[in-house]
Amino acid sequence: MSVLEVQDVRARYGQIEALHGVSLNVEDGEVVVVLGANGAGKTTTLRAICGMVATTGTVNLHGTNIVGTDTADIVRMGVAHVPQGRGTFPELSVVDNLNVGAYVRKDKEISADIDKWFEIFPRLAERRTQLAGSLSGGEQQMLAVARAMMSRPKVLLLDEPSLGLAPLIIDDLFKQFASINAELGTTMLVVEQNANLALGIASRGYVIEAGEIVLSGTAEELRNDDGVRAAYLGV
Amino acid sequence: MSLFLQRMIEGLSNGAMYGVVAVALVIIFKATTLINFAQGGLAMFGAYMANVFAIEQGLPLIVGILLGAAVMAVVASGIERVLVRPFDPANHLPVVLITFGIAYILQAVAAWKFGTEFKSFPSPFPSGPNDHIEIAGARLRYERLGVVLVLMIMVGLVHLILNKTKIGLAFRAVSSNTESAKLVGVKTGRTLNFGWALAAMFGGVAGGLVAHFTQLDSGFMDKILIFSFAAATLGGLDSINGAVIGGLIIGLVESPVQPMVRDYVPGFHFLTSDLALLVAFLLILAVLLVKPAGLFGTTRVERV
Ligand SMILES: Nc1ncnc2c1ncn2[C@@H]1O[C@H](COP(=O)(O)OP(=O)(O)OP(=O)(O)O)[C@@H](O)[C@H]1O
Ligand SMILES: [Mg+2]
Repeated sequence: MSVLEVQDVRARYGQIEALHGVSLNVEDGEVVVVLGANGAGKTTTLRAICGMVATTGTVNLHGTNIVGTDTADIVRMGVAHVPQGRGTFPELSVVDNLNVGAYVRKDKEISADIDKWFEIFPRLAERRTQLAGSLSGGEQQMLAVARAMMSRPKVLLLDEPSLGLAPLIIDDLFKQFASINAELGTTMLVVEQNANLALGIASRGYVIEAGEIVLSGTAEELRNDDGVRAAYLGV
Repeated sequence: MSLFLQRMIEGLSNGAMYGVVAVALVIIFKATTLINFAQGGLAMFGAYMANVFAIEQGLPLIVGILLGAAVMAVVASGIERVLVRPFDPANHLPVVLITFGIAYILQAVAAWKFGTEFKSFPSPFPSGPNDHIEIAGARLRYERLGVVLVLMIMVGLVHLILNKTKIGLAFRAVSSNTESAKLVGVKTGRTLNFGWALAAMFGGVAGGLVAHFTQLDSGFMDKILIFSFAAATLGGLDSINGAVIGGLIIGLVESPVQPMVRDYVPGFHFLTSDLALLVAFLLILAVLLVKPAGLFGTTRVERV
């Protein structure tokens, strides 16, 4: 069974419909990428999954339709979302950002988990008491990812994690995504414009244009598709 | 010298009361970036409740004040749930108008239920003619010192709640980034509700302290609210410590600074205590013009 199944989802901002019937699915433990140009509806797709935009259609999470469910409750069901622009808490310290990431947890391993993520992202450890708002863009992205992982999600939604980062940092970050997926089995839906990179860690992908899915296939198929090559791979 | 010292302790204790109410304003502002103009009314009503519990029912005064504050916390929580939450938080005007409306309703209900005559109200601290310590000829009255002590306890408490508890963490998260707070599973409605209750609790305690110095009537917190608003603005509307320091500064401006200027600076005889409110207004204006973030407010450092 699919962990996440989006069926014929329409989403609107006021009078403007931004998604015109999007369908996609993500299997347990899979990494799936959504490619698309600016304004295509990538962010809106993730927001629709999280209940952050007016949505109709069906979003099945582990077989339960979550359209209309409160965002905070969807998070409690095991979804974590790293929004575009990171969405850290600028007035909170790095360590409090991680603490609040574990807000839905009740177990006793929270501080052990924080130490673990500090080991994975040592730059955050050095800045643990610094306010998140004063971190560099790359550090904030690491913090956003660690913060999302602190809830021990089953499904991780990543909205353009590479945006505005230096190539070396991007490489590092995507290596972390691959190892999170491999070691923790976290299912991932990644929105990206950097297709090369995203297809590198994904098994399958979708292409979205003007609020509609126009193409889907395995990472291999997408990489060899002429349209994708021209639009997203710059070849 | 002794007069100066005496006026100073008076100013500090008044300032402490402004500070407590200012902290209440800041709590709501941090979470919603709006001013709750019902804060004065809530505090006033809390003092009347304290009067009911302590004077009419005969409970110890301190218990009465705390119970009054607790009742107001429940009332504020209800107000938030029923009258505030249905409105879009991004649209401030309706909510601000509602807080004004609530202030008037509370005043009307208080006048109707508890009468319109002034009532004297005791101090929870020893306040007899001899209850003071004397330093350099100045009489520092316990009822004044006690107020400053309460301020310190309350501020310590709010820091403890915000920084050491889970609901405090959620509150800070909502204040910092509401959307992201939802994304970590925080129920923002409930969290704001807690903020309203906490603020009303502060206001209620302040009401129970102020009433002794002003007497109890349905409008006794009006002036205090303006001074507290000035204090919060001066300190920076999103800074708890700023609100406290702002309160103390306003208290000191009211006394000893203002009477000193009146008495010793030629041409300032007109500066009687009736004009204190005007001074407070001018201060609000000046801060908003010159340094809108106040003394300790944060201008966001945020990189995208
Ligand atoms: N808050 C909003 N109000 C109105 N329209 C919006 C809003 N957010 C997005 N839209 C519109 O919805 C469409 C899809 O936007 P979306 O943010 O999902 O695109 P995207 O694929 O994430 O683009 P980008 O790569 O630039 O992030 C766009 O036409 C956009 O203008
Ligand atoms: Mg986007």
